[in-house]
Amino acid sequence: MSLPVVLFVVVATATAVSAVGVVVSRNVVRMAVWLLFTLIGVSLIYFLLGAEFAGAAQLIVYVGGTLVLVVFGVMLTAHGPLRELRTRQAEWIVGGSLGAALFVLLVVVSLKLGSPQPDEAPLPGTHTLGLSFLGVGDTSPAGPVSGVPADKHIQRTQSSYFLPFEIVSVHLLVVLVGAAYLARAKRRVKS
Amino acid sequence: MNELGLTPFLLLSAFLFACGVTCIATKRNAIGILMGVELVLNAANVNLVAFARFNSGFRLEGQVFALMVVVLAAAEAAIALAIILNFYNNHATVDVDDAKDLKG
Repeated sequence: MSLPVVLFVVVATATAVSAVGVVVSRNVVRMAVWLLFTLIGVSLIYFLLGAEFAGAAQLIVYVGGTLVLVVFGVMLTAHGPLRELRTRQAEWIVGGSLGAALFVLLVVVSLKLGSPQPDEAPLPGTHTLGLSFLGVGDTSPAGPVSGVPADKHIQRTQSSYFLPFEIVSVHLLVVLVGAAYLARAKRRVKS
Repeated sequence: MNELGLTPFLLLSAFLFACGVTCIATKRNAIGILMGVELVLNAANVNLVAFARFNSGFRLEGQVFALMVVVLAAAEAAIALAIILNFYNNHATVDVDDAKDLKG
């Protein structure tokens, strides 16, 4: 057992255990804490895979932004009986069997997939990612496309992600304006 | 990384996805459902980054799509929490079973 295998086993076990904690804990505050550990575990998985920028973005945006938002929502709404809403037995059975069926399906598909051999070259770093987001053309890696027959060589076009980047940024702006409008403090009507 | 292979990452992602779906299906608290959605998005993201590592044709694409998913998940959480807070202001509850104003 080499170091990456040991690290993966530890991190994956912690992530899976805290994901189970999100599902089974009834208190919504505890669910938020379990979700925090799950998100940190996923970002550690990214670091293990060598995608440092994706891991850092996961830590900053998810753990630092989204989860703080969720915790604010919990604090604003969870008091009294709303903190622990009980789920009926039948709902547990239906939801649990649905989740188990999906898990078995995904495991069967994943085991059929086989294991492609990774190349040891490092993943594209922030330099390449940033250039591709800015639309500079020659950043596409020259790797072969999988899923096509080996004798049929498909020439990849130059890929840049300027348009999706702009769409996402405008989408984020519109969503934040809409969220601020929806959640604004209402003026009480004098009665 | 060579002896680890792609399959363990896919299994972890499948487990996270199943947990997220179970969470969405069983929770009655609207914020709990939102956390289930976050779990599902994270499962998809683990798959994307794992394929970026193990499939040399997707070295850039996997990371780019993962970053897009992270940003869109942040937007989704913001708008969903705004809707939940609005619902809480009007109905004084976050139980999704009580959200039946449109029911005929």
